[in-house]
Amino acid sequence: MAVDTSRPLDPAAGAKGARGRGGQLHKDGTPPRGRIRNALARHWYAWAMVAPVVIVIGLIIGYPLGRGLYLSLTDANEANVERTIGINHIPATYKNVGLDNFKAILQDQVFWDRLGWTVTWTVCCVALTFSIGLGLAVLLNRRFAGRTLYRSLLILPWAVPAFVSVFAWRLLYNEKNGILNKVLDGGGIDAVPWLNDPTMAKASVIAVNIWLGVPFMLVALLGGLQSIPGELYEAAEMDGAGPWQRFRHITLPGLRSVSSTVILLSTIWTFNMFPVIFLLTRGGPGDATEILVTYAYRLSFVNSPRDFAGASAWGVLILLILMLFAVVYRRSLRKQGEVW
Amino acid sequence: MRDQRRGPLASVGLHTTLVIASAVAVFPPLWLVVTSFKPKSEAFSTDVVKNPTLGNYRHVLGDTEFLTWFGNSLFIVVITTILGVFIAATTGYAVSRFRFPGMRPLMWLLLITQMFPVAILIVPLYNIMSTLGWLNQPISLIVTYLTVAVPFCAWMMKGFFDTIPVEIDESGRVDGLNPFGTFWRLVVPLAKPGLAVTAFYTFITAWAEVAYASAFMTGEDNLTLAAGLQTFVNQYTSDWGSMTAAAVMIAIPAALVFSWAQRHLVAGLTAGATKS
Repeated sequence: MAVDTSRPLDPAAGAKGARGRGGQLHKDGTPPRGRIRNALARHWYAWAMVAPVVIVIGLIIGYPLGRGLYLSLTDANEANVERTIGINHIPATYKNVGLDNFKAILQDQVFWDRLGWTVTWTVCCVALTFSIGLGLAVLLNRRFAGRTLYRSLLILPWAVPAFVSVFAWRLLYNEKNGILNKVLDGGGIDAVPWLNDPTMAKASVIAVNIWLGVPFMLVALLGGLQSIPGELYEAAEMDGAGPWQRFRHITLPGLRSVSSTVILLSTIWTFNMFPVIFLLTRGGPGDATEILVTYAYRLSFVNSPRDFAGASAWGVLILLILMLFAVVYRRSLRKQGEVW
Repeated sequence: MRDQRRGPLASVGLHTTLVIASAVAVFPPLWLVVTSFKPKSEAFSTDVVKNPTLGNYRHVLGDTEFLTWFGNSLFIVVITTILGVFIAATTGYAVSRFRFPGMRPLMWLLLITQMFPVAILIVPLYNIMSTLGWLNQPISLIVTYLTVAVPFCAWMMKGFFDTIPVEIDESGRVDGLNPFGTFWRLVVPLAKPGLAVTAFYTFITAWAEVAYASAFMTGEDNLTLAAGLQTFVNQYTSDWGSMTAAAVMIAIPAALVFSWAQRHLVAGLTAGATKS
């Protein structure tokens, strides 16, 4: 990822100042303090430019993360955190319970059930979104009449805010009166309980998430395809390679760096995809479509009393799972010779 | 490109596939628009529109807090987008052009923040906002959305700046501009496609965010659109007429921003995805 940043530019820019000043400091014989000043003189532009991000991330993610980690080790809930009722200020009374929350969660079947479904959900969504996006991108990468129109129509779902789309889908899925069932009815098929039957609900939420995710995949992969030189295909055709061989040996390798990025990102996003499930089924029927994130949200904002400690512990576990995934993924890419 | 010899059968197959896919892509939002023009009693009729009416729109605009929510959302999103694009651009430029101590950790930090589930941050953030007295204040959502959108945008901008030749920066330096001047006067104008994608992404993220908006904002007057829309269709009421009309009006600004950014999307994302 950050490997190719050794631009000739910076050595040219930084090194000139650094070399001059470095020389002087060396004569003066004040290396340690000089090094800091040197570094400051050399890098302050860069540091000034990244400072806003570091500050914002530090305050709004760093601090809450620390707090979240801390809360996950306590028994904090709605009843014992610091709060103000009217003019009375009530101090916090929760206490440290060590790793009890984690022990309780890991011993509970609920966690493993949710984890299993979250993994299924993520794998199905990412695999299908990627395949459909790739298929459409390959089709759109040819030249033919109406290509621009098709492309605009196909990325339209992206232009609609996700929660609006989700409500549109709820309209379509409505069991008694939704258009999907009306159409099936016209064909003599019984109404399908799209969101009320556990299995159908799972399929339905996956379908909606794929619908939402394809445009991003399509655009990213289309961009990737356009950066593969056409001569490669011509040469392969000369050598008698069929369409499938060209796809396998030119298209897929040519897309590798785009695919590895979009797969990683969309896996992370899908794993944490809150709005689709929350708005479509609220995790129901029962808790059939509840993924880890929506469950953790339910603990802290829906259930009563609000279980802050439990939600934080779930959050910590989710984060650990994703980090593990990212590390493994990155390592496997490296083995294939990807520089990322 | 290399399809001069595509047979008629392949051509039919190509167009059939794309027509079906386009129909699937377009139908749900389209149906929402159609439904919004139906009288309340016919919300679920399958007819296209028998008695078109603007009643739903009139009701939403006149009798609900929709305009207040719209104003709240617009304010939050515009500020978030301006700040977000600016911050993402400077960060992307710095990691693209300079090699400085702390760069690699920063790149990692940007990736890792993508992994943060809403669940782990939302409770502590809620507590912080409540301590600061920021609950029900737009600033709480602006700051939160920045942390959601900026890391990905900075990553994308880095990839984009990587595609702009370094010679341009050098020529700026020869003309006596400092790095900020080079960035602002020479590189930013060239990076418009990337900035457009960043702006679009930040806009759509903030415009469509549900979890934080529902948690931080309470009271009819303070809701944003995402939270407000839920009040039309929930466990107790299902006013599909108002919901669809409101949804259409919510989608319009997003569609406008999208059509403005659309021609830059492919170029911008390619750079981001292939080079990061």
